[in-house]
Amino acid sequence: MALLEVNQLDVRFALRKGEVRALRDINFTLERGERLGIVGESGAGKSVAAFALLNLIAKPGFIAGGEVNFEGQTLNTMSERRLRKVRGNRISMIFQDPMMTLNPVLSIGEQMVESLKAHRRISTKRARAIALDKLQQVQIPSPETRLDQYPHELSGGMRQRIIIAIALLLDPDIIIADEPTTALDVTIQAEIMALLLNLCEQHNVGLILITHDLGVVSQVTQRMLVMYAGRVIEQGPTREIINDPQHPYTQGLINALPQMATPGEQLNQIRGSMPSLSNLPGGCAFHPRCDFIKRADGQTRPACVEQVPGFVTSGNCQVACHMVAEMQEDRRLKEEGQ
Amino acid sequence: MTDSTQTSATATAPPLPSRWERFRDSYLLYSFKRDIIAQLSLLTFIALVAIAVLAPWLSPMNPYDLAQINILASELPPFWVDGSDPAYLLGTDAQGRDMLSTILYGARVSLIIGFGAVALQAIIGVSFGLLAGYLGGRVDAFLMRLADIQLSFSTLMVAIIVGALVKAIFGGAMFSTYAVPLLVVIIGLAEWPQYARTVRASVLAERGKEYVDAARVMGLRSKRIMFRHVLPNTLSPIFVISTVQIANAIISEAALSFLGLGMPETHPSLGSLIKAGFDYIQSGSWWITLIPGAVLVVLVLSINLLGDWLRDVMNPRLYKG
Amino acid sequence: MSATATRIPVTETRGDQTDAADKAQDAETLLEIHDLEKRFSLSGDFLDQLRFKGGKLVRKQEHVHAINGVNLNINRSEALCVVGESGCGKSTVARTVMGLLSPSAGEIHYDGTRIDNLSSRQLLPFRKRMQMIFQNPYASLNPRMTIQQTLEEPLRLHHPDWNRQQVVEQVEQVMASVGIDPDWGKRFGHEFSGGQRQRIAIARALAVDPEFIVADEPISALDVSIQAQVLNLLMDARRERNLTYLFITHDLAVVEHFGTRVAVMYLGTVCEIADTATLFAKPRHPYTQALLSAIPRLEDDGPQHIRLEGEVPTPVNLPSGCVFHGRCPYANARCKQEVPVLQTQDDGVRVACHAVEEGRL
Repeated sequence: MALLEVNQLDVRFALRKGEVRALRDINFTLERGERLGIVGESGAGKSVAAFALLNLIAKPGFIAGGEVNFEGQTLNTMSERRLRKVRGNRISMIFQDPMMTLNPVLSIGEQMVESLKAHRRISTKRARAIALDKLQQVQIPSPETRLDQYPHELSGGMRQRIIIAIALLLDPDIIIADEPTTALDVTIQAEIMALLLNLCEQHNVGLILITHDLGVVSQVTQRMLVMYAGRVIEQGPTREIINDPQHPYTQGLINALPQMATPGEQLNQIRGSMPSLSNLPGGCAFHPRCDFIKRADGQTRPACVEQVPGFVTSGNCQVACHMVAEMQEDRRLKEEGQ
Repeated sequence: MTDSTQTSATATAPPLPSRWERFRDSYLLYSFKRDIIAQLSLLTFIALVAIAVLAPWLSPMNPYDLAQINILASELPPFWVDGSDPAYLLGTDAQGRDMLSTILYGARVSLIIGFGAVALQAIIGVSFGLLAGYLGGRVDAFLMRLADIQLSFSTLMVAIIVGALVKAIFGGAMFSTYAVPLLVVIIGLAEWPQYARTVRASVLAERGKEYVDAARVMGLRSKRIMFRHVLPNTLSPIFVISTVQIANAIISEAALSFLGLGMPETHPSLGSLIKAGFDYIQSGSWWITLIPGAVLVVLVLSINLLGDWLRDVMNPRLYKG
Repeated sequence: MSATATRIPVTETRGDQTDAADKAQDAETLLEIHDLEKRFSLSGDFLDQLRFKGGKLVRKQEHVHAINGVNLNINRSEALCVVGESGCGKSTVARTVMGLLSPSAGEIHYDGTRIDNLSSRQLLPFRKRMQMIFQNPYASLNPRMTIQQTLEEPLRLHHPDWNRQQVVEQVEQVMASVGIDPDWGKRFGHEFSGGQRQRIAIARALAVDPEFIVADEPISALDVSIQAQVLNLLMDARRERNLTYLFITHDLAVVEHFGTRVAVMYLGTVCEIADTATLFAKPRHPYTQALLSAIPRLEDDGPQHIRLEGEVPTPVNLPSGCVFHGRCPYANARCKQEVPVLQTQDDGVRVACHAVEEGRL
């Protein structure tokens, strides 16, 4: 059994204009020590997915169905008290803004000791020693002095290192990192990402990396999910998806990167923009922006407009696209014909 | 490329809502519909304003008209107490004036002063706040110190000083005649710094936004940027603070009148009615002071509750975060 | 401040620098930035600056040195990208050029005229020729104005003689050119997505038909698929209108695609200026090398960036000598004392680095 299993996760927001389905039919697993990337643009639901894993969806949002199984326990039906033993302890979270985790009026040391003592029965002295050890692991210069500093005295990159140290504090099984380096500069970002990758490998910690940056995902993760308008549209091994994306949206995203075009020439853009979740087009949510909804003979594939695509397997990947399904079907018929 | 972007742009354009549709779909209306307290307070407030405006037509007699006063019918209790006269629904005061009429007229005076004073406060405060926030530097320092100085004088102090000056220079009769505009000026002058500070704070926030930079880059004059770009975007806090300020102004007026620094008894506001009746509480004529007091409380409470609701609706941090 | 004193460039290298600038002027220079400096006071007003120190009252002023002696030339119809990390002063350069900030020292010349000391009235004709696009499309449109009002405002200001018909026609034309439907005029900014808003902001800048556009991180607040759209739009506008760009960004992938020349900034100084292709093929300055290595690529090579020691120092107390020496793997004693000056290499690349100059690198 996988360490983390997400089955048919469904998250909705009860808004005044009715219910909005922020996430639907999310299915994935994470093995121990595996690194999974969740990629999508803003509004795709990737952060909601992160929060849903730990049952942290705030009102008016709620988990309407499905389950999140961690070591066989269902997190989304667990009592808040038992859940707290998992959160921060077995599964910890890193946010884009370090100040979401750091308390500005407590010193770094106090915060680390406090969260250690909340989950383990140890002396303050021992807790401080563990904290110091973690700060050394994240390669912070002069870790002893950092323990007595306050968050505002540290730079952005340093704070994010501290956050990683705090995330590692209780030797979790999984770290969920929501855009951990987006607010940082390129050189710092590269270092933080390398650090996170190293630590996860060393301690055999699973990583769920949520980001919009395909470059980061491609360098850090082993498997990835691509999300669009609250759904997963493609999932599989990272390399396979990056090298040979099947879904037109994934293809578009990768091709739109400036490094994929000749300098000075037109970039390969995807037209239009992501629909809002409260106003999704029928059928495949991507169809208004898709260049492949027409068949070779010029006819629009009716399924794209009418029917939400299910997953089809392509190599080691799962793709939710009618075009891919249809092409596979054609190929199968051809092979059978021979 | 321009072709493809244009088609996609047109495809995603939702139909243009009319002004009414905008209002119908607004968060303001939505939250109002779901907030029973806001609805009740708006209803109460409108009702009180309506009867105050219509006082000359609604009230059984004109309390300012000495000819209509029957001194023999003084201190009659309201209708639910034994010994009442059905002609005087809420009883009469010590001078034999019909309580209902004096309260209607009194509420009218209170509201006029409240709104007038707030209008004056808003004019001074908004312009000072806008100038201080947008121009910054010395103008800001000067205007804000001025506001600090103003705040260190309480409304009472301003009232005593202005009142004393006017009485000394023009005499007491003059003060009584022009009591309403004088109180508007006193309360308006005393409490503008609230506006100035609120407006300055939101101007500072708006001035840092890129649309103001864009207007500067365009070459627009400061005056136009201030009034066309910055001011319209500070209206929400101005609106919210106005409700609080109206309530405050009405209370200030009542307090001044109660202390004898405000409206004369011949031309009473709610505050002077309370004061007038206060002396008779001991003798058992509680209604003379308590009924206008209750009206004042209800009026101020309804405004404050409306203000609370407005603040919740208009503060984006509260409903979007 | 002692740090500032050591920052004055050594005079003998000056000649070399001006020569290079002269050479570059063959391609008609549109904008020249000379020794630009900008400091922001951290100390508030006079009363806040007074401190007790050793029983005496002293006045203490602290400054953020946002830019320290930047020299840049922008030639007509080129796209000069200024790239650097947050706090390197790239946005300050853009805002100073546009007159949103006044420089603490140095000069800015636009098409031969010095513009940094002009009054806002004298600046008005230049406002029509130079326009700016901002980073955050959610904040750069006035929420209380319709799109039509937003786009008409610059035209009414700069063409007071136009009649209503002319204004409306020009607005329609510019809307079409950025790919927004003219029917959107009656709507407000908040009804649109980030990419659409950025199109509107671009339309506002293009409405007065400028020749020079300063774009301050115009795509970094947008989603990946929208970034490509907006970048394409900016490139089309450049081609169709023969625009000159000063393009501020932190994203090197965008620079490689969009820029004709690149200036790399670090802590308020320019450390390397080169043609885009040259810079990406052969970065000279150690900082440029680190920056290039840090771009996350799609290739299957894992992170292979050059590790820099420590973090960017605060611009309040600038390091002596080369501002990069604290993090530079090649720094020696000279780097700690002497400020390097931009020097032209054989292939026209200009680098401010002692190690490059001495051939140590």
